[in-house]
Amino acid sequence: MIISIQQVVKRYADHLALNQIDLEIPRGKIFGLLGPNGAGKTSLIRIINQITAPDSGRVLFNEEELNPSHIERIGYLPEERGLYKKMKVGEQLLYLAQLKGMSKSHATEELKKWFIKFDIKDWWNKPVEDLSKGMQQKTQFISTIVHQPELLILDEPFSGFDPINANLLKEEILELKERGTTIIFSTHRMDSVEELCDNVALINHAEVVLKGEKHQIQNDFKKNEYLISFDGNLLNGDSYEIVKMNQNTANIRLKEESTVNQVLAEIMHQVDVKGFNEIIPGFDQIFIEVVSNSNS
Amino acid sequence: MHKILLIIQREYFTRIQKKSFWIASILTPLLITGIYAIPIWLATRDKEIKKVEFLDQSGLFTNESLQSKEVQFELVKGNEESLKKNFLRTDFEALVIVPKDILTQPKTVRIYAEKSISLILQSRIEGIIQDRLRKELLAHAGIQKEAYDKTQVDVSGDTIILSNEGDEKESNSGGIMILAGILGFILYMTVLIYGSQVMNGVIEEKSSRIIEVMVSSVKPIQLMLGKIIGVGLVGLTQFLLWAILTFSFSNVAKVMYGNDLKKEVQSQMVKTAIDKNGKKSTSEDQNADINPLKVVEEVKNSVNIPLLVGCFLFFYFFGYLLYSSLFAAIGSAAESAAEAQQFTFPVTIPIIISFFLAQFTIQEPDSTIAFWASIIPFTSPINMIVRLPYGVPVYELILSMVLLIAGFLGTSWLSARIYRVGILMYGKKLTWKDLSKWLFYKN
Repeated sequence: MIISIQQVVKRYADHLALNQIDLEIPRGKIFGLLGPNGAGKTSLIRIINQITAPDSGRVLFNEEELNPSHIERIGYLPEERGLYKKMKVGEQLLYLAQLKGMSKSHATEELKKWFIKFDIKDWWNKPVEDLSKGMQQKTQFISTIVHQPELLILDEPFSGFDPINANLLKEEILELKERGTTIIFSTHRMDSVEELCDNVALINHAEVVLKGEKHQIQNDFKKNEYLISFDGNLLNGDSYEIVKMNQNTANIRLKEESTVNQVLAEIMHQVDVKGFNEIIPGFDQIFIEVVSNSNS
Repeated sequence: MHKILLIIQREYFTRIQKKSFWIASILTPLLITGIYAIPIWLATRDKEIKKVEFLDQSGLFTNESLQSKEVQFELVKGNEESLKKNFLRTDFEALVIVPKDILTQPKTVRIYAEKSISLILQSRIEGIIQDRLRKELLAHAGIQKEAYDKTQVDVSGDTIILSNEGDEKESNSGGIMILAGILGFILYMTVLIYGSQVMNGVIEEKSSRIIEVMVSSVKPIQLMLGKIIGVGLVGLTQFLLWAILTFSFSNVAKVMYGNDLKKEVQSQMVKTAIDKNGKKSTSEDQNADINPLKVVEEVKNSVNIPLLVGCFLFFYFFGYLLYSSLFAAIGSAAESAAEAQQFTFPVTIPIIISFFLAQFTIQEPDSTIAFWASIIPFTSPINMIVRLPYGVPVYELILSMVLLIAGFLGTSWLSARIYRVGILMYGKKLTWKDLSKWLFYKN
């Protein structure tokens, strides 16, 4: 575990932001931190970044109590992003890299690699305010990862990215994972969760309401429903019931103790089966279901 | 520590790379040199002798009684109307007509001219007529002119400062007052200017949203102190540039009209030497007594310059630190300069009050009010620097310095607590109550 959060409580003047949070973030994985706005995601991220401290509870980084020396091993892309507008791109990135503990020469060397990789060599001496929004986001992303952090925390990384840059970012994230970086990924965009995350935790009203391995959660939320496509006329059967009927497809739910084989046998008598697939619940649904359950 | 240095570096270099910094650095010394040099230059220039026509209808004036170094009077005779008619065709500066009954009606002298004559010329004309009339009136009253002259004593005192070592140093109260005023004013301006630069810097970080990236790399207190110190060093650099440039500009100015100036100074030295020998000085000579070079020389002699410079830098730096940390706290609570406005008032008020107190301190540097104003941390930087040229007991100076450092530690502690909460607070209209609550937040 790269991060282990134990019984963390954070209270602000007028509300409880985090209530007895327990979370384990496994090394080398992409961890999705999900939750509605105001659930406590940013509070938790700020605690891991040591921007604020918890009122009680502990946070361990590589089995060590979180301390200032860990700051240099973490990269953080906040949701609200920004750079010094008047500063030149190269100067600014050097400055931020040095604040993360890199030497000037090492930082220059690494930055040059990124400038070549992103094909932005001629930006070095441009002031940030002359860059387009997409260019600024690339710059910001480089500043987050140039010091080769073990842990990368991305808060809503895709917000404001155009599809091309979003795709570039996605590829970079996967590449970083390949190289062993752990990534915490806070978002409410569920499509990117399904695509990228290995593990997820869902926070609602300052509490963790769901956590686990992505496929496991999806399995847990399966409703025993299947999508069939067919030719002919399909009716309810003994082993299943129809949930939703379309032109040539239908969603069916298996009755308890029925097996897929029984259902198939029953259907094959009625129609010409073209396809048969289990319906894996999307995180959209899981999210809505869990949040509305925990709210009520 | 290393990170604070990086922050100081950035704050410092981004500011001194700005054009506005260099414009201010160069224009101010030019202005100072100008204020100092132009009057001297004019004085050395404007030496042509003015010619004046003088129609005496009273019969009191002769060529002897109209002798003057600066004005050449020419007694003319004739009809007033024709003189007036012809005046514009002559090269006289003015036409003076003294009426018959001047002794009983001394305010009826008429001066005609093509355009308004200078105040100096007017007073010279009036002076010479006045002298003559006085002599006449004295004679009428049976008083000898010599007896009257003897009563016209001219008292002038030089303050001489005695020290325990028995040294005597000539002082110049007027010059010291000017020096104190200039130092106080510079301090007042710079604390305000650089304090608000700190505030704007914090607002910029907050509104551009880089702040969250920054505090994920450094502690808020490091960021705050780094910014304050960086901007403070910009101020010190500016002082240094001002000093060097003012010095070199004035030297250039001296070289440019060096000879004229030397003569002028010498002639004035001669005059003052005559004064010292006990001879009566005329009213004209008294004006010439204020010689800027002599004043500077006397002030230099009576003031401990290294101490003054050292104290000035000290009081600038800590006075600035004290106020700028408060400005930083205010900046952290605002998202725009306009929003910060409502909070700046309580911080600028003490600065303005200390400037007003300084007007008083400069006149009564040893009064109780001046003492307290120069001891209490919020008003002490400006008021102590104003008192210093007059001489301040060492224990008062040390007390003031210690309290100022303590005051800075206090305000920066206070500010840091507001700052660390404020910088991450968005989208909320803040009140003083909120700010005071933040003081007691846990990290």
